[in-house]
Amino acid sequence: MSDRLLAVDDLTVSFSSDAGRVQVLDHVTFAMSRGEIVGLVGESGSGKTTLARAILGILPANAAHIESGGIRFEGEDLLQADPADIATRVRGRTITFVPQDPFTSFNPVFTIGSQIMELMKWKSPLAPPSSGLSRYARTRRKADRVKVIELLKTVQLPDPEAMLAKYPHEVSGGQRQRLMIAMALMTDPKLIIADEPTTALDVTIQAQILKLLRQLTRERGVSVLFTTHDLGAAHEICDRICVLYAGQEVETAPAGRFFAHPSHPYTRSLLDSLPSREHGIRGIRGEIPALVNPPAGCRFHPRCDRATGECSALRPSETAVGDLHTLRCYHPLSQPEPASAAS
Amino acid sequence: MSLAGETSAVRTAARADAPPLLDVAALRKYFPVRDVWQRQVGWLKALDDVSLFVRKGEILGIVGESGCGKSTLGKTIMGIHPATDGKIVFEGNDITKLRPDKSRALRRRLQYSYQDPGASLDPRWKIRRSLHEPLVIHTELSADAREKRVRAIMRSVGLPETHLDLYPHEISGGQQRRVGLARILTLQPTLVILDEPTSGLDVSVQATVLNLFLDLKKEFGLTYMFISHDLSVVRMICDRVAVMYLGKIVEMGAIESIFSAPKHPYTQSLLAAIPQIGGRKVTDDFWLEGEPPDPTNLPSGCRFRTRCPLAESRCAQSEPPLIEKRPHHADACWLSA
Repeated sequence: MSDRLLAVDDLTVSFSSDAGRVQVLDHVTFAMSRGEIVGLVGESGSGKTTLARAILGILPANAAHIESGGIRFEGEDLLQADPADIATRVRGRTITFVPQDPFTSFNPVFTIGSQIMELMKWKSPLAPPSSGLSRYARTRRKADRVKVIELLKTVQLPDPEAMLAKYPHEVSGGQRQRLMIAMALMTDPKLIIADEPTTALDVTIQAQILKLLRQLTRERGVSVLFTTHDLGAAHEICDRICVLYAGQEVETAPAGRFFAHPSHPYTRSLLDSLPSREHGIRGIRGEIPALVNPPAGCRFHPRCDRATGECSALRPSETAVGDLHTLRCYHPLSQPEPASAAS
Repeated sequence: MSLAGETSAVRTAARADAPPLLDVAALRKYFPVRDVWQRQVGWLKALDDVSLFVRKGEILGIVGESGCGKSTLGKTIMGIHPATDGKIVFEGNDITKLRPDKSRALRRRLQYSYQDPGASLDPRWKIRRSLHEPLVIHTELSADAREKRVRAIMRSVGLPETHLDLYPHEISGGQQRRVGLARILTLQPTLVILDEPTSGLDVSVQATVLNLFLDLKKEFGLTYMFISHDLSVVRMICDRVAVMYLGKIVEMGAIESIFSAPKHPYTQSLLAAIPQIGGRKVTDDFWLEGEPPDPTNLPSGCRFRTRCPLAESRCAQSEPPLIEKRPHHADACWLSA
C-alpha cells in the first residue's frame, strides 16, 4: 500500500519481572494508513498500552525487551534508528500522544501556558529540527503563540488567552482533555496515539471529546491510534478496529464489518458481554491468563468453546475473510462448530 | 444557619402497601466552603432536598455524572457523612440523628460497598482476617462459628476457600470485588448500597459480577441501591432509577418509562450520549454543550438551565419541583408536558 503510514511487523515485547519473563506482546502484526482512525481494543492486560508505548518508543528501557519484529513509520524502522534522533525528530513531532488521565498529565505548579509554550519551544513545526540549546527567538515565540491561541479556539475552549494563565487545577477534566488534544495537534503530527482518552470522563463529556477528536483529525488528515476497552467509544470514531487478547492480535476489520460480522470467538464474546436488551448479561468464562506462563498456541483457547487440539499446539496464521478483514483463528464463526470441540 | 428552600416530599411511584425499606425525605448535605483563612464563605450543596424511597426487594439505580452527589447520597444514608437536614428512615426507624452506639445495631443491616474494593481491603491482612472483622465487631459468634459463616459466604460469591489465605494484591480486580461483597454479606444485611460496583472492570468481568449481584439478591433476599454512571448497566438490572444533577433529583421513576420516554432535557442528553453499537453515531449529532457549573455557585432557578437548549426566562426565576406527571414517572422541569 502506498498510503501506508505505520506498520508493526511481528513485534514481540517482554518484561522482566520477579516471577519471570512476561510476554506482553506475542508476534503482533498491525498496520495503519494515512488519515485513518484505528481502534486498538482489548481488556486490561491485553497489551494495548504496551503496543502504543512501543510505537512511541517510551517503553521502560531496563525492564522491556523487544525480542523480535519492527515498527516502520513512513518507511523508517523506528527500532533501528538512533534513539536521540527519534526523540528530536519523530516523538512529539510527527507522532504525538493524548494520555488517558488528564488529571495527572499537567504539572500542577506551572501555568498551562508555560507548559504549552515549553512544548512549542522544542517541538513547534517552526523550530529547527535540531535546535539544541539555542534560545527561543522572540519572533518564533510570537508566531507559536498565535498558533496556540488559534488551536485552543478550535478545540472550543472558552477565552484561550485567560486559559493560558491558569493553573491545571483551575480547569475541569473535560477542558484538560481538550487541552491535551490541542497540544497533540500543535506540532502538525501525522499520527496521534490516544491512549484511552475518554475513560476518565463522564458520558456526555466523552461524546463531546470524541466528536472533537474525530472532526479535527479528519480535517487535518491526521491518523489516530485509539486504544480503548470501550467498544462503544470505538464504534463512535474508528474506521477500523483491531482486537488484542493477552498480547496477540486476534481480529482486524473495518468498523462496520467488525460489529456486524465478528468472526473470532473472542470478539463475539466480547460484544456479547456488553449489557443489552436481547441477550441479557453474558460474561466470558474463566479469566485472562497470566502472561508469565501463557497458554501455548492461541492464547484464548482455554476459554474458547470452539477450541480443538490444534488451537493449543500452534498459533493460527493470519487469514483474510473479507475486504480488509483478517483474523487468526482455526475455527472462525463463519464455519460450523468443530465436531471435536469441547461442549 | 438558614436552610432556605421549601421542602418537596414528593413521591414518584404510588406507594406499595408495605412501608418502604428505606425512606429518605428532603435530605440535605451541605459542605462548608472555606477561604484560605478558614473563614466560611459559602456552601457546597452536595445534596439539596433529595427525597426517595426503596421498597423491599427492588433495585433502585442512582445515576448522574461525577460531582452530581450520588456517592454523597449513599454515604449520607450510611451515616458516613452526617446529614445537614432531612430524615432517613430505615426499617421504620429514624436513623438520621442516632448516636453511633445506637445506630450500629441498625446499620448492620444497611451496608455500603465501596467503589474501589482493592483500596477498601487492608493490604497487610489476609482475606480471612478481613472477612472475620465485621463479625467480630457486630456479632458475638465464636471463632469457629465465624469461620463457618465466612466459608459459606466465600462459596456463595464464587471464590475457592483457598483464597482466604491470600493477600488482597494476590487476587484480581473482579475477585477483590467479590471479597468486598462477601465482607458485607457476612452480616446478613437487608439493604446494600453499591457505589459504582462495576467501574474499573473489563466488560467480560463486569458481566459476571453483575450476574453475581443478581444471584446473591435472590439467595439472600437483598435490596440494592445501585449507584452508577453507566446507564446501560442500570437499564439492565434496576427496577427504578433516579437521575441526579448537581445535588438534585431531576427525574425519577420506573426504568422502562424513563429510558423509553425521558422527559427532562438532562436525562435526554445523558441517554443520547450512550454509544449504540451498530446504530447511529452519537457523535454525529450530540447537542449538549459545556460542562456542569461550579457547584459552589449554582445558577438561579433550574440548575440545568445554563446548558439546556430549551431554557426560557421562567427557568431562571424559580426551581422546578419534582412532580409525578405520569404514573411512576416524576420529573423536575417547567417545560415537560
